[in-house]
Amino acid sequence: MQTYYSPEDLSKFPTIGEGAPELWKKFSDWYGAVFAEGALTEREKALIALAVAHAVQCPYCIDAYTQSCLEKGSNKEQMTEAVHVAAAIRGGASLVHGVQMKNVIEKISM
Amino acid sequence: MQIKSFDKTISGNGLYPLTSGGINTLQVNLGRLCNQVCRHCHVGAGPDRKEVMSKETMGLCLDVLKDTGITAVDITGGAPEMNPNFRWLIEECRRLERQVMVRSNLTILQGPGYEDMPDFFAVNKVEVIASLPYYTEQNTDSQRGKGVFQKSIAALKRLNALGYGIDDSELSLNLVFNPGGAFLPPSQKALEADYKREMRKRFDVSFNSLFTITNLPVGRFLAYLNSSGNFERYMDRLVSSYNPSAAANVMCKSLISVGWDGTLYDCDFNQMLGMAVNHGAPSNIKDFDFSKLSNRQIVTGLHCYGCTAGAGSGCGGATT
Repeated sequence: MQTYYSPEDLSKFPTIGEGAPELWKKFSDWYGAVFAEGALTEREKALIALAVAHAVQCPYCIDAYTQSCLEKGSNKEQMTEAVHVAAAIRGGASLVHGVQMKNVIEKISM
Repeated sequence: MQIKSFDKTISGNGLYPLTSGGINTLQVNLGRLCNQVCRHCHVGAGPDRKEVMSKETMGLCLDVLKDTGITAVDITGGAPEMNPNFRWLIEECRRLERQVMVRSNLTILQGPGYEDMPDFFAVNKVEVIASLPYYTEQNTDSQRGKGVFQKSIAALKRLNALGYGIDDSELSLNLVFNPGGAFLPPSQKALEADYKREMRKRFDVSFNSLFTITNLPVGRFLAYLNSSGNFERYMDRLVSSYNPSAAANVMCKSLISVGWDGTLYDCDFNQMLGMAVNHGAPSNIKDFDFSKLSNRQIVTGLHCYGCTAGAGSGCGGATT
């Protein structure tokens, strides 16, 4: 193995079901239902997935949902804005913890 | 890469052998000459191409129309407007009271010598099917060449001014979307709504319908897939998205395609691959036999997965 991540492995995802077929079936059914058109469109859900994929930094998900977003009709500008949303939340989440830092400074400082 | 044969796949749905269900459209490719060199073009068309249909071959197409009940003529290229006998063919088709569709790249309508072409279309009630791969300049020019988008918008405005694409007008203007890369087209209905909203808001342009067409692994698009290392991934996408309903509705079941030299094909893609009509049906317009061709077995290949993926794809857009 040259690297922990290999693009070919994405298509092997269903083989995870070999160890626990019933759980895989439940996951697959639920996953399919989650991304079906509902109160949100399939395109909106794909954009959310793309943003989350960047937040959790999953290369498989980024690959899959970049393609999915394009196939649902999103363009590069819209997809880039979705990634910025993820980045802003991640950045903001780091920054807001600065309040804890301040709390600690206040507590232990004279 | 091992790909299951298309015939074997459709056998699983009882669709083999794929057979014509009758011909209602004569698709005539007037040649490979074009004013553009698009990166995805399955024809490989461009300004240097010499293949152009002769008036004699056009006459044979008209004879077929006279002798059969084929109701529609779908004229394509290249840029079909560049054929010197283009206008004559359309006038003759209209004289025979056939519905005429022209697949235009739009920019040719802005070129010298073609300024009055929109008026000609309107007088002859030609249905215009125009390529516009996206409603933004960057996406369009990246695929079709620098400056194409602005010229296309100008041509669309001219067509609108003549009554094309306007509610309650009998002049029909349809746009064609094809993906700008190795991925499938979006939902035709959803994208049409986007196009209508954005084209109106950004350019005050209107049209009737949007056709989403899948890029088939043929011609320049195939070369792009190979050179970019996307061939296997794209074929896997097409094969894994096989849709039996789309396979039941493929366009080749209701049309026949005529090449610039009079050779007959099941579709424009087979034409570019040099896969003429076969299985005992005549393969030249000179020998046109409506009965035999209406019941012919269609010649297939791996590229056919492009027409059966997802919502399906044909010259009129999604097929399901």
